[in-house]
Amino acid sequence: MDTHSIVQELIALLGQESVLTKKEDLICYSFDGTASLKCMPLAVVFPTTTQEVSVTIQLASKHQVGISTRGSGTGLSGGSVPAENSIVIATGRMNRILEYDQENLTLLVEPGLVTNRISETVEADGLFYPPDPSSMKVSTIGGNVANNSGGLRGLKYGVTRDYIMGLEVVLANGEIAWLGSKCVKDVAGYSLKDLFIGSEGTLGIITKVLLKLIPKPEARKTLLALYDSMDDAAATVSKIISSKIIPCTLEFIDQYTLQCVEDFAQIGLPTDCGAVLLMETDGFPAQVESETEQMKSIALEMRAREVRIAATKEEGVALATARRSAFAAVARIRPTTILEDVTVPRDKLVEMTQFVRETAARHNVRIANYGHFGDGNLHPTILADERDEEEMKRVHHAMDDLITKTIELKGTITGEHGIGLAKKKYLKEQFQDHSYELLKLVKRSFDPNNLLNPGKIFDA
Amino acid sequence: MPEDAPSLRLQSLDYSVLQQCMHCGMCLPTCPTYDTTGIETNSPRGRISLMRTIADGELELSKTFSDEMYYCLGCLACTSACPAGVDYAHMFEAARADIEDHQLLDTSERRFWRSLSVKFIFMRPKWLRFIGSSMRFYQQSGLQNLLRKIGFMKLLPKNLQELEPMTPTIQDAFTDEIVAEFESPASTKPTYKVGMLSGCVQDIAFSDVNRDTVDVLLANNCEVITPRNQGCCGSLHSHNGEIELAKDLARKAIDSFDLDKLDAIISNAGGCGSHLRHYGRLLSDDPQYAKRAHQWDSKVKDIHEWLMSIDLRELGPLATPAEITYHPSCHLYHGQKVMKQPSQLLASIPNVTLKVLKEADWCCGSAGVYNITQPEQAKLLQDRKVDNIKATGCKIVATSNPGCHLQIQNGLGSDYCVRHPISILAEAYRNT
Repeated sequence: MDTHSIVQELIALLGQESVLTKKEDLICYSFDGTASLKCMPLAVVFPTTTQEVSVTIQLASKHQVGISTRGSGTGLSGGSVPAENSIVIATGRMNRILEYDQENLTLLVEPGLVTNRISETVEADGLFYPPDPSSMKVSTIGGNVANNSGGLRGLKYGVTRDYIMGLEVVLANGEIAWLGSKCVKDVAGYSLKDLFIGSEGTLGIITKVLLKLIPKPEARKTLLALYDSMDDAAATVSKIISSKIIPCTLEFIDQYTLQCVEDFAQIGLPTDCGAVLLMETDGFPAQVESETEQMKSIALEMRAREVRIAATKEEGVALATARRSAFAAVARIRPTTILEDVTVPRDKLVEMTQFVRETAARHNVRIANYGHFGDGNLHPTILADERDEEEMKRVHHAMDDLITKTIELKGTITGEHGIGLAKKKYLKEQFQDHSYELLKLVKRSFDPNNLLNPGKIFDA
Repeated sequence: MPEDAPSLRLQSLDYSVLQQCMHCGMCLPTCPTYDTTGIETNSPRGRISLMRTIADGELELSKTFSDEMYYCLGCLACTSACPAGVDYAHMFEAARADIEDHQLLDTSERRFWRSLSVKFIFMRPKWLRFIGSSMRFYQQSGLQNLLRKIGFMKLLPKNLQELEPMTPTIQDAFTDEIVAEFESPASTKPTYKVGMLSGCVQDIAFSDVNRDTVDVLLANNCEVITPRNQGCCGSLHSHNGEIELAKDLARKAIDSFDLDKLDAIISNAGGCGSHLRHYGRLLSDDPQYAKRAHQWDSKVKDIHEWLMSIDLRELGPLATPAEITYHPSCHLYHGQKVMKQPSQLLASIPNVTLKVLKEADWCCGSAGVYNITQPEQAKLLQDRKVDNIKATGCKIVATSNPGCHLQIQNGLGSDYCVRHPISILAEAYRNT
């Protein structure tokens, strides 16, 4: 492969200021938010239009080099870690809001737009874009779509997929396709946009996103319930769900995590309790009032030591923000944080959280546990030091056990982070019938030469 | 790179410091240089990965790396955003020291200016004051106005032309002339005994702030000791890769106070305080000073932090009611994590309305000597800060660092007044 001429052609097509090739730059694009994974690309490019994405793909195709797409590089499964000798397409300079249609309640944006900007734009007009991954102040909407990101509000409002009405994508041959429409009902042909949602950059490159907006809930209340035992917190969640209450957020944090989060955020979280539940309800004021009271009494009935209700909106936001820092805050204990994303049916939550504790003890590893109890999505995070080989062996045994148990409980190995590189070896365990071949069949139809994010999800 | 170049400080750092970053990216939106370019290399996460790669021996200390480490403002906003608690300041100073030790950015012009400023003037308080006196003569004699009027400045090289209006106005008297070495509250027996750091730029350009600080301390029943002929604290040196010189200055500073007899050592300049609190680490390998340096760290207090930790005496009103906005200096806010106290103090003045400043914790572009070394990026940040201040409608901006003070005043022009929060407090005490 002639790296020099590829770089020269990229510069000729996109301009010098849109192509990075120095070693120092490539190092900075060799990783994402995932621990222990890195690989240097051959170049990083910053297209500003769909057309530039298209010509970049055509060039890559001509030279048979891979392309990895990257938003802000906050992914947690290694999905945007470049494949070897690939070109990174960084979407950061395609970050405009193209159309804000308040009559049809849609927003058309470019993929490099930071997720949080969507809320900032529409909330002032009483509209709402619910998906709120913890990295939303940093992550891009393109990355969210490519990973079908979830967030704290998944329980009531669903995930990114539920808010995508249309996508523009550039295919592996450089052709441009528009998928979807502004119509609430649209059954023309296959729902191809849905194939691209969560495709982790392996089927095409997303260059425009048409988002669905909904009216913003009028009221919101945040509660914090403190428990001596994690099992009581889990039981509270089951009871709330079975009482037919769907709060927008039901998050749990265990004691390790709580201590780290408080150490960082310093907002007066109690660090001596076994677990806390962060609960949020939103909707019409009367409904919010009544659900707040019901959740409080269920928590107390399930032996919560105390239930605090945030006095102000700001206090509620501070609590949710602190929870969002959990993943990075636990690095205060040990430097290498291996984050799991296992998800189980909600009636299996107590069993799964107990299993996480037993696994930690069995393999003598530390596991901080937190996550989205309300939708069954747990983030057991194994805390280790990647330089300690013996410890890392134990860590991998613990991971294997967690995955096996999840599949046994009919759960999924990833609820919102994607497969990428980190979960790749486990995918076949979950897809035991012909479905695994079906995945590969889809990949081969869209990208026969395996140029788009090669090596991610599975080996094509 | 010279053959006898010393071993790399980055490689001798405790590895846990380098390893602490788990590259989640939470720092990205808080970094002014990343905000400007959108390129990872210009972000905290990128810089940390480069420093770690150098420590791992997988990347040479290069000119590209060096330029990047001097493009960083060192504002430390990333450290406030970092859930993992990465000690960026520690790595950053080691990296800049490596760059200087290995002369990566060496040019004869740069060597001349660095020798004159960092290595000579800021090492010698008497020279600094002499220059201050000369500048005072130049400004007060009318020479400055005359030269400005006849357009002499246009003859200067462009980068000096741009900097000329930034020259601080030199005070009529330096600290030692208006603050006595020992001052006690007039009527009562003092509750506390504190040492006062008079600073270097603060001393010649803002000696009135030092007077005000002593007045506010006296009003709060503190006896104040201000040693004579104090020098620079070494912050400038440490942030610019001259760690050995910084150590000399730290030793001098420690020697000038009797630590056992003081409840606190008060700093009123955000940038200095951030460095002053880390003498323990700086002198950890100096057997003679290590222990005292740790004692020193435990006694250094920012003035706002100190006032909020003691029983604050009630404040009177200002002469005229005022709407004020507050710009926190980066090294007070992010470096020292003194986040709320200055606003709390200002809000306790009866006729002050404190207005919220958008992006308050965003750097103003002063950043030590950054506005000299990186004028373009500094100007972007200055403009952004000025726009945000103007949007508050306030004509008075409070800030507690001489660099920010000059940068913001210069950006806002003479219709606006930049004041140290403690000077505003001093006025309020004079009216009780």
